[in-house]
Amino acid sequence: MNRFDYARPASVAEAVAAWEPGAAYLGGGTNLVDLMKVGVLQPARLIDVNRLPDLDAIELTADGGARIGALVRNADLAHDPAFAAAFPMVAEALLAGASGQLRNAATVAGNLMQHTRCPYFQDAHSACNRRQAGAGCAAREGDNQSLAVLGWSDACIATNPSDLAVPLASLDAVVEVEGRNGAREIPFGEFLRLPGETPGKETALEPGELILAVRLPAGAAAFRGNARYLKLRERTSFAFALVSAAAALRMEDGRIAEARLALGSVAARPWRVPEAEALMVGQPPSAELFAQVAAAAMADARPSGDNAHKIELARRTAARALSLAAAGTPARMPALPASPFGEPAHA
Amino acid sequence: MSHSITLTVNGASREIALDDPRVTLLDLLRERLEMPGTKKGCDRGQCGACTVLLDGRRVNSCLKLAITLDGSSVTTIEGLAEGEVLHPVQAAFIDHDGFQCGYCTPGQIMSAVGLIAEGQAGDDPERIREGMSGNLCRCAAYHGITEAVLDATRRMAPATETAQERKSA
Repeated sequence: MNRFDYARPASVAEAVAAWEPGAAYLGGGTNLVDLMKVGVLQPARLIDVNRLPDLDAIELTADGGARIGALVRNADLAHDPAFAAAFPMVAEALLAGASGQLRNAATVAGNLMQHTRCPYFQDAHSACNRRQAGAGCAAREGDNQSLAVLGWSDACIATNPSDLAVPLASLDAVVEVEGRNGAREIPFGEFLRLPGETPGKETALEPGELILAVRLPAGAAAFRGNARYLKLRERTSFAFALVSAAAALRMEDGRIAEARLALGSVAARPWRVPEAEALMVGQPPSAELFAQVAAAAMADARPSGDNAHKIELARRTAARALSLAAAGTPARMPALPASPFGEPAHA
Repeated sequence: MSHSITLTVNGASREIALDDPRVTLLDLLRERLEMPGTKKGCDRGQCGACTVLLDGRRVNSCLKLAITLDGSSVTTIEGLAEGEVLHPVQAAFIDHDGFQCGYCTPGQIMSAVGLIAEGQAGDDPERIREGMSGNLCRCAAYHGITEAVLDATRRMAPATETAQERKSA
């Protein structure tokens, strides 16, 4: 690990003022400290934001939205009874991620800032355009079975590993940030960036901007009765997704009045296709409909390497997540959250 | 530049001078405070051998920089027993053969103490296995570990109820 300056500002204004090129904000540290240990990240200054005031509240709004402070720990958000009841697929996604220990440390903002688990990004000795512009991409000819099938470029085929980001994308979340030029809001659909020619620019944040909160808009809780997160992994717990899906339906008189679908681990950001969601409006739920929707959601997919299997896997995961959502949100969080195994996974 | 932190370790307040901001809580405990009960496995948050309670919550001590913990309270495996009387989770691990080589055991036990305090798993073996997935055991003593956590949960249930009653009173 490189040596670094350590700063612990007392306010958001002080934190933003303490930032300079090469500095990094430190939250739970579960990804940043790990990547510093292997030399992938070498910040010259760590700005410890853990004690900034007023960033750890979970507020539900009367209009069916919510505001989640940047420093809320993943475990606290998932286990907040009112929040989990209003946004069950967010809670399920959180509990499907990492381990109990990591969820106690990891923050909501840090979750959104985590880096790809592409093995070549995580190995400081491999060529990686995301780490170092122009270095090349070792993944293109390497172990790429779990990498992107949508939105990738010749420069980078990495996926975003966040479970939380998938339901947040489906619910049109908004990220509140503050920087030297003041505060602004970033729609979630623009927050995580596709690689294009500049994979190193992973988010829409300007240099030095700090996340203050994530907001769920009015009406997001209207999906509470029919919302699921489904995650396929190489083992049932404590593993990143091969493919995941957040599915939410608002039902009226047995028909779908409104539908949301986001796919995880297929691209550098959660993948949403409004045209696919629109196919469901006014329809009664059925396996045929959901298969058609899943096909539409994956219409642009193409392998970036030895990963064509992920396309069919994602279609089936999407269709199954929609079926699970149609069957209704379980009364209690499943023992194995987001898993295709166990009850009530078999709707 | 030297930093000084105050850390309560197993109930005792310690003033600690840190000459290097890179020191993790794990290395602080093992190398500087001479408390090697907390184990270093992967050192990357993947195995759980380094699990401790930080302000009452289980975390991977390998991913916590000590310099960030000024004013915090840490409980390690050395702080669980009261004299010769083992903590119920420690006793249950012995009763149910919850280990073989023993290297992951301090982390397993601290994680189980944290899990039981979180109150989400109850006496459901599936929820306990899920809740303990952050602790790997290369000897694969998982069956005994699950039985031990189940048993300890039951042994500790009256105390938990008392705590809840106190809260609601």
